[in-house]
Formats: sequence, structure tokens, C-alpha cells
Amino acid sequence: MLRSVGYLTVCSFSSPAPQRDTMFPKGTKRKFSDSGEEPVSSGDQVPAAPSVATRSLTSSYSLQRQSLLDMSLIKLQLCHMLVEPNLCRSVLIANTVRQIQEEMTQDGTWQIMTQALAAAQCPTDRLVATEVLCRQTDAAAQAGQSPKPFSVGGLEEGYHAEEVVMEGDVETEVTMSTLAPVSPQLSSASYLAGPFVMGPCWDEDEEEEEEEEEEEDGECEEDEEDDSEDCVSEGEEADRDHLSPDSRTGEQVFGTFEIKHPAPPPDPALEELFSDVDPSYYDLDTVLTGMQSAPKMGPYDLLESLSSHGPTALSSSSSCRSDLNELDHIMEIIVGS
Amino acid sequence: MAGAGGGNSDVQWCFSQVKGAIDDDVAEADIISTVEFNHSGELLATGDKGGRVVIFQQEPETKNQPQCRGEYNVYSTFQSHEPEFDYLKSLEIEEKINKIRWLPQKNAAQFLLSTNDKTIKLWKISERDKRPEGYNLKEEDGRYRDLNTVTTLRVPVFRPMDLMVEASPRRVFANAHTYHINSISVNSDCETYLSADDLRINLWNLEINDRSFNIVDIKPANMEELTEVITAAEFHPNQCNTFVYSSSKGTIRLCDMRASALCDQHAKQFEEPEDPNNRSFFSEIISSISDVKFSHSGRYMMTRDYLSVKIWDLNMESRPVETYQVHEYLRSKLCSLYENDCIFDKFECCWNGNDSVVMTGSYNNFFRMFDRGYRQDVTLEASRENSKPRSVLKPRKVSTGGKRKKDEISVDSLDFNKKILHTAWHPLDNIIAVATTNNLYIFQEKLN
Repeated sequence: MLRSVGYLTVCSFSSPAPQRDTMFPKGTKRKFSDSGEEPVSSGDQVPAAPSVATRSLTSSYSLQRQSLLDMSLIKLQLCHMLVEPNLCRSVLIANTVRQIQEEMTQDGTWQIMTQALAAAQCPTDRLVATEVLCRQTDAAAQAGQSPKPFSVGGLEEGYHAEEVVMEGDVETEVTMSTLAPVSPQLSSASYLAGPFVMGPCWDEDEEEEEEEEEEEDGECEEDEEDDSEDCVSEGEEADRDHLSPDSRTGEQVFGTFEIKHPAPPPDPALEELFSDVDPSYYDLDTVLTGMQSAPKMGPYDLLESLSSHGPTALSSSSSCRSDLNELDHIMEIIVGS
Repeated sequence: MAGAGGGNSDVQWCFSQVKGAIDDDVAEADIISTVEFNHSGELLATGDKGGRVVIFQQEPETKNQPQCRGEYNVYSTFQSHEPEFDYLKSLEIEEKINKIRWLPQKNAAQFLLSTNDKTIKLWKISERDKRPEGYNLKEEDGRYRDLNTVTTLRVPVFRPMDLMVEASPRRVFANAHTYHINSISVNSDCETYLSADDLRINLWNLEINDRSFNIVDIKPANMEELTEVITAAEFHPNQCNTFVYSSSKGTIRLCDMRASALCDQHAKQFEEPEDPNNRSFFSEIISSISDVKFSHSGRYMMTRDYLSVKIWDLNMESRPVETYQVHEYLRSKLCSLYENDCIFDKFECCWNGNDSVVMTGSYNNFFRMFDRGYRQDVTLEASRENSKPRSVLKPRKVSTGGKRKKDEISVDSLDFNKKILHTAWHPLDNIIAVATTNNLYIFQEKLN
């Protein structure tokens, strides 16, 4: 993975071809045959083992793109505890993520990834999850929609989760939340064996990033707010729009993912848990996970925060983390418990 | 000749002074965050991360050393902003001075605006070199006299004293910005000024600190649709109704305040179409404009994005009239620079007095000058090694090819922690102020 600071690191993107820019042009579909043309300088790339349907995915281009996506998500997650993060920087990173997501959606990579993730669930959940995801996909496809672009949703105080990642696209939601390093389950999950032979590479990255982020608070806060009144009313309004009677599964997902502030009815355990926490801390988190998480998380652990998602879980978040399979939990919520 | 800079392509720059601590261990509070000459060039102000403003004053030229113009010595130091705590958000508000802008001088005192992320302050800097002496009721040290000992009556007189420079806050313009202030700009009418944050621009009257008008608001109704922020804003130097603001998407919008109260509709939009050959995932980030400056004439404006400086003719919106590459060799390193966050560095730029040369900073304590007339550019370095008085700065070069010549430095050896973000050019003479992390370098043109 990329290490840095004072001096330039060897970056997997920066192996210049003499005649042209090394940056992969947007929209250029890298075929399998292209992978040989892009020498990768960093040492931790895993040799591709292409499978039939996903040859383009194993090219170095897609590996680099995936790496860039991971990096961007991490950047959005990490934030300063005391000082508000730079809004310009956050917006630029979010736009980058959006671009990557758009391209991966055009490639078909995005859906493959989410389906693979779904396949990594426990058997009982998998069917439901897959069904849900597939349903959503079909619905979206039929409607001719493309998944709405990633947005830095949690930019307002009191504005929570509600269109957190995108509308009507649950698989993106799930995907993004599981893309972050962490759960050992992910690293060994079977989905990695499929088209995603970047798995082992991922592992390394995860561990390194986890170590680096030991010191840092995984707590996220996105930037600024207006009057909280404004935000709450905006959130509620939009929320009402979302939860229309004929809303799709994605909408329901967002409904469950969202946590209003103030949350009716107040859960005493929840209140106590978050009594000293400022809601703005959640915002960045909700950008990616769609849920509130306990503040001042220790080592950066995105998936752990998922376990605190959902009203029932929040009250027992600590037990969730240790007891529940995080992905199980997500699936439960998606199903609409 | 005063105001020159680019007329003579043989301008050589010499080290003049360096201010700041010598040791490599940089105290965070000492990091310089803004540099600005006043309108006469006699005063040079710096702001730092610790919320302090230091003003240097140029010594009058002496007959002893006609070769160099006067040195800059500390004139006044004061704490402009203090750290604050926003209890509502549980966040600190940094005291770092983001910008300083001088007001044109109207009387004996000097005025400047300084701002941190949230609050703008108007400071009056005045000199006191006389004090009244001979009070009837007070001793010289201020104690009150015993009335019984007062037998005569006299008129107090002013007597000279050691020069004292006082800085006092005259106005505090607070609570008008939800987001972080990135720019302030004084209008040519000398009555109003604008302040810009990430999403809004406000117009103030210098005399009134409890009210401001919002003139630009790009905050979307739904914050999740936010894809663009304001990065810089400036008033036109001559036309008091015109201002520009730049965005993170590489566009500059020129607005006319006569058109409507809210200038969301721009009068002109300047944007260069993207080069499809250079398209990458980083294209948008590197197109984000970090600084915009009108030329002194008001005919042109200059923008700084990550890799280049562009000069725009206000009459042509479709593309810049000139583009200068600051450090094109970084284009192939964008991923690394993204990873270490350097890609988000906000470099400023400045014009010389007669708009013939522009200057901006780079990494490794390099800074670049582009002579618009002679189409020449030079890379210089601000470092202690070149800091013998009046030593001529040697041009530096970054080697991009495989073979590195002697005295060249390779791209991979550049120190990305040493960045020059803030530079300023004397409004009349060839004197420049260049801020490294915690040092301020002053260079002058070599005079024979």
C-alpha cells in the first residue's frame, strides 16, 4: 500500500509510460489485454487470476482504481477530533469517490462486487440479502436508473443518514461500508476468491491501515452545519419524501439506516450512550455507513460501527460488536427487522 | 525604476533577510499562514497559526548603502485571534490567521483586516511618540499627588518619548459565517469589504459590525448534493461593483452587485475546457482553484490551481490567455500526492507592481516567477544555505528525465513538507516576501 509523507512514495499509479500520461483516462475500458501494458511499480500487487466474467476487473487499472477508492473512503473517514475538517477537501474526495463509483457501475464492477459481498454472508442471510440486492438491482435497472452518485451526505448537523450514500441503491451502501478495512471475516470471506483476487493485497492494506489508524480516532465528523432547526426540518422533509408508500427496498433501507435526531421515541439506553456526544461526529460516519456510531471510537473500525447501527442494536452496541456478525446485522436491518 | 520587474529580463534576486526561528523543529504556532504588503510597501504583515500578526516596517533608505533598499524590522506584534471553542458543535475554532488585508491609508494610523475561520477583525495600528508630561494632579509615574502639595498650576506639555506602536481592535465582525472563511477583500470604495467562506460570501460595511449582507450563496438545499465549494474571492481593484469568486471545480465567476442583491447569477463565468488527454480521477482535484488575484490594472486576473498558473482576460471567458506550468513533473505523481494530502495544498500567487511578472510557490521551498513579457520563468529557492547578505539566488532546476545534471534535483528528492504557499510582492519595487513553513524570506532585486 502507499506510505508517505515527506517524500514521494512509490505509488502504484505513478509508473510513467513515456509517451502518455499515466493516469488512466476516464471511460476507457481496460480490457484484459491491457493489463500487460501497465507496469505496476509497487510491490504489493497480487498477480491476477482472471475468471471468465471479470477479466477487466483483474487488470492493474481496476486494482489501482480499487485502491484509490479505498484510500478515498479512508480519507473521508479519518477526521480530526477537535477541529472541523476541511470542507473543500472532503467535497473533492467525495467527488472522486463518486467518479470511481460511476465508472465502476458502467463497468459492471460495482454490482459484481456487491453481489460478491452478499455472497459472503451466512447462508441463511445470503439468500435474503442476495434477493434483496438483486431485487434492488433489477428494479433500478428496469427503471433505467443508474445508482445515484455518492454524496457527502452528512454535512449538516442534525442531518443524519437520510440519503446517506445514495438513494435507492442499497448495494452501494453495503459495499461502501464493507470496503473499509477491518473485519477479519471479510478478509477470509469466500467472495475474495472469485473475481477479487486482490483479496490478499487487501489484507495487507487493511492491517497496515489499521495499525496506522490505531492512534487516530476513527471518529468522524463532517463539516459544518446550519441551525440545527434547519437541518432537522430538512432531514425530516426529505425523509418523508423518501418513505413514500411505494418506495422500493432501497428506500426502506434508508429508512432503517437513518437515525433521526432527535430520534423518536427516545430510547433511554441510546440517550445515555450518546448523551455527551455531538451529533456532528456521526456525520462522516453516516456518509459511508448510514448509521450513527458511538463517538470516540478507538482504532478505526468501520464495520464495528455497523454493529451499533439500528435502534435495537444501539442500546446494546457493545454487545453487538462482540457478539454479532456485523454483516449479519446489516442483513437483518435490510430485511427490515 | 520603481515598479519594474519584468521589463528587464536580467533581474537578479538577492537574499536580503530572513525572519523566524532557525531550528528545524517548527513550533506549530509559528507556521506562517499569510503574508501581505500594505499599499505603499512600507509595511509587511504576516499572520501565523498561533493567531498572531507580526508587522515589519521598512527602514528608510540610507545613504550608506545605496545598493539595497531598506531592511524590514519588526514594527508591531499582537495577538489577533484566540482559539475558541464552539460549544454547540464541540469543536475548536482555530486561531490561525487565514488572511490579512490592508486598508488604504487615510490618516496617520494604519488599518488592517485579519481573519481566522470564523471572525474578522479590524485592527488599528498607530504610533505614539509623544506623551503628556507635567500633570497637576498626578506624579510622573501616575500616582495621584497629595492635594496639599499642589501649590502651582501648570499646563501639561507633550514631550517626545520612545516610539510605541499600538494595535487595537476597532471592530469585530463575528457570527456571520457557518463555514470556514477563506478570503477577505477590501472594496475600492474603501467602505465595504467581502468575506467568503466555503459556501457563502458576505458584504460588510467597515463601520458596521453587527450586520452583513449575503451576496453569494451556493449552499444546495440538500447538502448531499454539494459538489462544489468557494475557494477564493476578490473585489475588482477599480470597479467597486465587481468581484470574482473561484470554485473547487476550476471555475471563476464574476459578479456585478448592481444586477441584484444576491449575486448567485454570475455575469461571467470563466472556465477552461478540460483536456481529454489528461483526464484522470484526479482531474477535478487539480483543477480546483486555490487563489485568484486581479492584476493591478484590473484588466486581467490570475488563478492558481494545483499544477499551473493561468492568466485570464476579463473580456474572454472561454479560456485563459496565458498558462504557466508550475511543476508539471508532479502530474505523474498525483496518486502519491493524493495519498499524503499534498494534492490539497492551497498555493497562492501574486503579481508584481506593473503586472509584468507573476509569482507562486512550490515544494522543496522552491518558488517560481513567470515573466509574461519575455516568456521566461525561473525557479528559486528560499533556504538558509543561500542566506548570505546580498548573495544572488541561483536558479534551480528539477530534473524530469532520466539523466540528472549536476545541481539539478530529481523529483523524488523533493521535500514535500517544505512548501511555499504564501508569497507577496512589493507594490512598487522589486522586493518579495516568501514564507516557508515558519520563516519569512525577503529578497530584493540586485541593484548595481
